[in-house]
Amino acid sequence: MCLAIPGKIVTIDDSNEDLKMGKVDFSGIVKDVCLDLVPEANIGDYVIVHVGFALNVLDEEEAIKNITLINEMLNSE
Amino acid sequence: MKFIDEYRDKNLIGIVSEKIHSISTKQISIMEICGGQTHTILKYKLEEFIPSNINLIHGPGCPVCVTPVEYIDRAIELSMKQDVILVSFGDMLRVPGTEKDLLSARANGADVRMVYSPLDSVKIAVDNPEKLIVFFAVGFETTAPANARAVLQAERLGLDNYFILCSHMLVPPAIEFLLSNNNIRLDGLLAAGHVCTVMGLNEYEILSGKYHIPIVAMGFEPLDIMNAIFILIKLIEENKCNVENQYSRTVLKEGNIKAQKIINKVFVKEDREWRGIGTIKDSGLKLRDEYSKYDALLNFVFENKLTKVNGVCIAGEILQGLKKPSQCISFGKECIPEHPLGAPMVSSEGACAAYFRYRRIDNCNIKCKM
Ligand code: SF4
Repeated sequence: MCLAIPGKIVTIDDSNEDLKMGKVDFSGIVKDVCLDLVPEANIGDYVIVHVGFALNVLDEEEAIKNITLINEMLNSE
Repeated sequence: MKFIDEYRDKNLIGIVSEKIHSISTKQISIMEICGGQTHTILKYKLEEFIPSNINLIHGPGCPVCVTPVEYIDRAIELSMKQDVILVSFGDMLRVPGTEKDLLSARANGADVRMVYSPLDSVKIAVDNPEKLIVFFAVGFETTAPANARAVLQAERLGLDNYFILCSHMLVPPAIEFLLSNNNIRLDGLLAAGHVCTVMGLNEYEILSGKYHIPIVAMGFEPLDIMNAIFILIKLIEENKCNVENQYSRTVLKEGNIKAQKIINKVFVKEDREWRGIGTIKDSGLKLRDEYSKYDALLNFVFENKLTKVNGVCIAGEILQGLKKPSQCISFGKECIPEHPLGAPMVSSEGACAAYFRYRRIDNCNIKCKM
């Protein structure tokens, strides 16, 4: 129920003033997603999507930092 | 897929596992709040990667599991009305009410439809002006902005055939309930990353300060979970009560302010019953008075039937971390996912269903193999 997965924004549809929508690609499966909660999102950004709503733009730098830190654990033996 | 595959990397999981072993000395119990994370822990058998002195307790964070029977019964009652289309997330269809579930109501002719997004329920209302649409709005803070947005959309479109049956729950009051009432001692908490994505970390700072407990906001992939356990164990071993953010690629300290504003515009807090646990103060959301025309509870007449939970089901104790599913006498016998006696056997995030799927022959204390 609380499942939320990252996907990449491929198009943004601003035509409906009421509701900002976009298409988000989840490894080849493209879905309509509401982008109302992430007004800052751009095409190419990764967003975390839950029940058809993007909850946040994924911070790619933080993701890289996270993995790098874990890799460094190996060397800190 | 990017941002998923690297968080399932076995080598990296192994590295973190070794690190946890190297720093962990104390006999401790930690709780992962969210059922989605319980699911990952069992699916990837993560308990085998942590030392046996760390006891993982599975928390109440499955909205499907804690939705009160009364709401399931009301959803079923509404679905049986001639002019109503009852719309729900798929997870809710098999949750047992007092007598039956929504799926059997549908088999008996009720118009029950499943949607992926709350906005789909608004579309059903637009497409069926002669019908009354009731959306069964359940979930935690993660789902609340989407459900609130659906109500705002119905308002913008001027719909008068759209209603929600609102059973929203809030996670921090439930954590506080466990920390203050539980006879289980918890040494640390792993907070649900997607709830924090919306709400941020401030509420957890308050809880951590009040109950002197370290809390780590955690992601959902196996490496996230191992990494968060490492951070939490380090805090516990160093006797620190900080709030840390493992899921920093998604969680900001302040959360998503726009989402919070939408929730507050549409909903207001109220006391709420958690299935199997009891009533917890200010732990639910209901529609504000301005939106009462969309409230199914206020706009339909209900029969006053007595609700009853199956007597053998010990879901309450399981959701509070007092027992593991395998300690239920019905587990895997009378109660299986095809015939659930209680909600935790229904949802893939329910602890009973996760145990059934991934650890049928249970061994509660898998000893560390390393
Ligand atoms: S196994 Fe079934 S009956 Fe037992 S606690 Fe879980 S849901 Fe309830």
